Amino acid sequence: MTVSTAARTAQDLAAAAKDVLGVSRLTNHALTTWLHGLPGVDQVGCEARAASLGTRSIKTSAKAWAIDTAIGMIDLTTLEGSDTVGKVRSLCAKALVPDPLDPTTPRPAAVCVYGDMVATAKEALADSGIHVAAVATAFPSGRASVPVKLLDTRDAVKAGADEIDMVIDRGAFLSGDYLTVFNQIAEVKQACGDAHLKVIMETGELVTYDNVRRASYLSMLAGGDFIKTSTGKVSPAATLPVTLVMLEAVRDWRELTGVQVGVKPAGGIRTTKDAIKYLVMVNEIAGEDWLSPEWFRFGASSLLNDLLLQRQKLTTGAYSGPDYVTID
Amino acid sequence: MPPFEYAPAPESRAIVTIEKSYGLFVDGAFTRPKALFPTINPADESVLAEVSQAGPKDVDKAVAAARRAYEGVWGRMSGAERGKYLFRIARILQERAREFAVLETLDNGKPIKETRDVDVPIAAAHFFYHAGWADKLEYAGPSPSGAAPPRPHGVVGQIIPWNFPLLMLAWKIAPALATGNTVVLKPAETTPLSALLFAEVCQQADLPAGVVNIVTGDGTTGQALVEHPDVDKIAFTGSTEVGKAIARSIAGTPKKATLELGGKAANIVFDDAPLDQAIEGIVNGIFFNQGQVCCAGSRLLVQESIHDQVVAKLKRRLGTLRVGDPMDKNSDLGAINSRAQLDRITSLVDAGVAEGAERWSPECSLPAKGFWFPPTVLTGVSQTHRVATEEIFGPVLSVLTFRTPQEAVAKANNTAYGLSAGVWTEKGSRILWMADQLRAGVVWANTFNRFDPTSPFGGYKESGYGREGGRHGLEAYVTTAPASLSTSATGAVR
Amino acid sequence: MSRLDVRKTYKLYIGGKFTRSESGRSYAVQSASGEFLANASMGSRKDVRDAVVAARGALGGWAGATAYNRGQVLYRVAEVLEGRRAQFIDEVGAGEGLSARAAGVVVDAAVDRLVWYAGWTDKIAQVLGNLNPVAGPFFNVSAPEPTGVVGVLAPQRSSLLGLVSVVAPVIATGNTAVVVTSAARPLPAVTFGEVLATSDVPGGVVNLITAQTAEVAPWLAAHRDVNAIDLTGVAGADGIDWGALEVAAADNVKRVLRPALDAGGAPVEPDWSADPGLTRLRAFVETKTVWHPKGL
Repeated sequence: MTVSTAARTAQDLAAAAKDVLGVSRLTNHALTTWLHGLPGVDQVGCEARAASLGTRSIKTSAKAWAIDTAIGMIDLTTLEGSDTVGKVRSLCAKALVPDPLDPTTPRPAAVCVYGDMVATAKEALADSGIHVAAVATAFPSGRASVPVKLLDTRDAVKAGADEIDMVIDRGAFLSGDYLTVFNQIAEVKQACGDAHLKVIMETGELVTYDNVRRASYLSMLAGGDFIKTSTGKVSPAATLPVTLVMLEAVRDWRELTGVQVGVKPAGGIRTTKDAIKYLVMVNEIAGEDWLSPEWFRFGASSLLNDLLLQRQKLTTGAYSGPDYVTID
Repeated sequence: MPPFEYAPAPESRAIVTIEKSYGLFVDGAFTRPKALFPTINPADESVLAEVSQAGPKDVDKAVAAARRAYEGVWGRMSGAERGKYLFRIARILQERAREFAVLETLDNGKPIKETRDVDVPIAAAHFFYHAGWADKLEYAGPSPSGAAPPRPHGVVGQIIPWNFPLLMLAWKIAPALATGNTVVLKPAETTPLSALLFAEVCQQADLPAGVVNIVTGDGTTGQALVEHPDVDKIAFTGSTEVGKAIARSIAGTPKKATLELGGKAANIVFDDAPLDQAIEGIVNGIFFNQGQVCCAGSRLLVQESIHDQVVAKLKRRLGTLRVGDPMDKNSDLGAINSRAQLDRITSLVDAGVAEGAERWSPECSLPAKGFWFPPTVLTGVSQTHRVATEEIFGPVLSVLTFRTPQEAVAKANNTAYGLSAGVWTEKGSRILWMADQLRAGVVWANTFNRFDPTSPFGGYKESGYGREGGRHGLEAYVTTAPASLSTSATGAVR
Repeated sequence: MSRLDVRKTYKLYIGGKFTRSESGRSYAVQSASGEFLANASMGSRKDVRDAVVAARGALGGWAGATAYNRGQVLYRVAEVLEGRRAQFIDEVGAGEGLSARAAGVVVDAAVDRLVWYAGWTDKIAQVLGNLNPVAGPFFNVSAPEPTGVVGVLAPQRSSLLGLVSVVAPVIATGNTAVVVTSAARPLPAVTFGEVLATSDVPGGVVNLITAQTAEVAPWLAAHRDVNAIDLTGVAGADGIDWGALEVAAADNVKRVLRPALDAGGAPVEPDWSADPGLTRLRAFVETKTVWHPKGL
């Protein structure tokens, strides 16, 4: 799969941002005015809309398509302090052969690991086309100096990471210092070079949908190729309504700037039923242009096996069980 | 073909048994079917069943049964026992929810997701809510200490429309029974089946014979019920035209009435609205139940500065609406209830275009058979156009603009109706100011088309009088006044 | 040497002004014992029309005033009425054929009734309104609002206490009123107009038309800019079919407060000395329910 975005310098990004905002100097005041001028999000209405999309009934051929599409959108993830070379290799093997009983099963989009495991994953996945994504910038808290964050990023890219999942400085965001958040994202984007940048907003810490919308716009303005909900280390992680707000943001951003940005809900998505609800939402909110791994990902680990069980059910007609899918 | 084409997901109709023909439900039993007329599925025009046309003599028998039940059993029963019957009915409605949802969708044409998620659960909720009131009526209103406890009126004649057949039945029967009245109910001519299935629920609940009677038929049946001398109160939901006729018919008599009539609600969107939710509110406001809702937000009043943006977002959103087989769980819009209604919608929209409105509908392929109308937006509408003043009762949104809050209020209130209104703005003080100014019985701020058994519903001006739901809704069904003292025509005064 | 007294010209009270009937007509008002008391203006349908315009014009300000303010104004009406106690005892006594003592009881009751309703203005919403615990994340509140312009057929017999008892609840809840007074006993109503005019009641809030009830009532009942009608005054009025008035009222779905009926179904005038309860306060209000989501 191709990554369409090119490397950008932080300077380029600041210039582009000034353009979007229509200002001559990119100040925190300018960013605040712009972000706070976005339409508000009514929580109740937003959640009602998400719940209503969740009642779509996806059957037979549509379900088969959705399952295979969802599998192909997974960033198969392990982000534990206890991760070892063996664990990461095993996860990569699972990515390469998700279902040994059925070679037609699609592969996930990427394997997502900590920076020190990039080389291991890269080696295991070789030229399979499965990307290696690395979390960086002092994941998950992001509480480190900028040089450390940049070094963390460059280190992962150097080790071969195709994609970088950074975290924003939520402290800066919540204290209204949008310029700091912008600058960090832009500098990390520059450090990524050709690697794809996913910006984790940690929506569970932003709390309100208004903040999610603002953080989404700020992340896109600063050059994020993807906006991502969560680290998976904070509850709540991805939810349907949070993802709804983000999908509205990327849809409206493309209308505003012509640039398409991807969306990645991560954490807490475990069942086929959930994954299909997300796909319905992508289809009806952002539109079919986002219905590919290039523009939509699931950050998940156990989701893959549930999708495989449902896939087997569709193939064989009988309900399957955990003994018929492999653990990694 | 789009990559994610939802396969058909039809609800099974096997769950519900529809008889070939139905009699009337009088005095606890079904009469022999006679004077039959068909009720059809508006989605494909197939005949679902034949039902009986009740004549004046049938109505007379039903009223007599209700009177006997009132005097013999129901009017004397303790509130606690009455309440337990209502709880039973609520439970049975929940137990048989799927059946009711399927039957309602077949007979009405509305999507199964609405009958399943709205009509049937809220109908059950109405019985639950009112069940609890039955033994607490002395707490329901401010009557001075020492005053007589509230009394039921006696026999209530109830006439309901076709847009929410079961839900309107629940809105009518639950408070009537909770307060100790007995009922003769006439469902709409085109949607009698869920009321007839409800008769079965009454039987399963062992409700005493005659407490609820269901007479099917056309307008003449309703007229016989309204004019029957032994009916103490009329509760009507339907058109303003028929509501006025009822008010005239009972004028100068002791009969009371509550009337839930038409509307032409303004849905007002300010430039600081939560836009994505406002778009959903606009869509829900006018396309819920194909717009066949008395409180539908049929007039979109949008601040001129965001008109183009709102219309563009609205059109994009309407592109994702799924119009088609009401039994498909993914259908957002179903069929129009009848050919007559379809004709009315069509002629009003044609009139709107002739008066200069611009008509737009998303691309959607409508089934060949049945009664269908695409979701439609009319832009460039002026206050003087018929589509801005007359109730269309269909999936048609008229878009108008305003410049200031005062102008929005003036336009919103510039109608003979006053049922509901919507306001979308993130500014709290403006919401409260608008809510004060709007002459409408229900004001939805940053939401639309919400219903709850605890929340009174009803209109100002020609949208009718009396309230349904909540503590206020009980007032129409009880009196504390001695028979000789003054009461209003609404019966709401104690 | 006796002095020739200066008589009052009894006029209509419309829009805060005392005017003669546009028709130029008047009629002789007699005392209970048949003596000539005064010539009253005989109001016409056009006077009704003008009064409705005045009442509609006054509605926004009166309905929009704070309930506290309306209470103060009503209490002021009671104060001014009390100050004219002697005048009303004379007029009520003459018109209704009461002794000075009995008329005093009636006038005192009228003052006290005004005081009672003055106290209700800022309480009725609390008694008739409430929060509704809907099954969802919504703030939901129901409260009464004025119905609008209310046509009132004032009682025929009780020319002051009855009048005050039907007008006070209408305006206490924020409505404005077009009142057709007692036909045969109109004089206290006109003097009551003078009380209103001097007690901070904005012009147009109460409009008083002395007239033959049967002549003007159908116009009031059929008027499409009148939101509600009180038919109390049909009891004892000549030549009126209150059912026909209710039929006319249906044309714009007016709220109708029917007359009290006796056992035989004929309209009767209520006993105005009885506790009024909330009946009349509830008759001319609309319940408005407002929803708003609760969220972050």
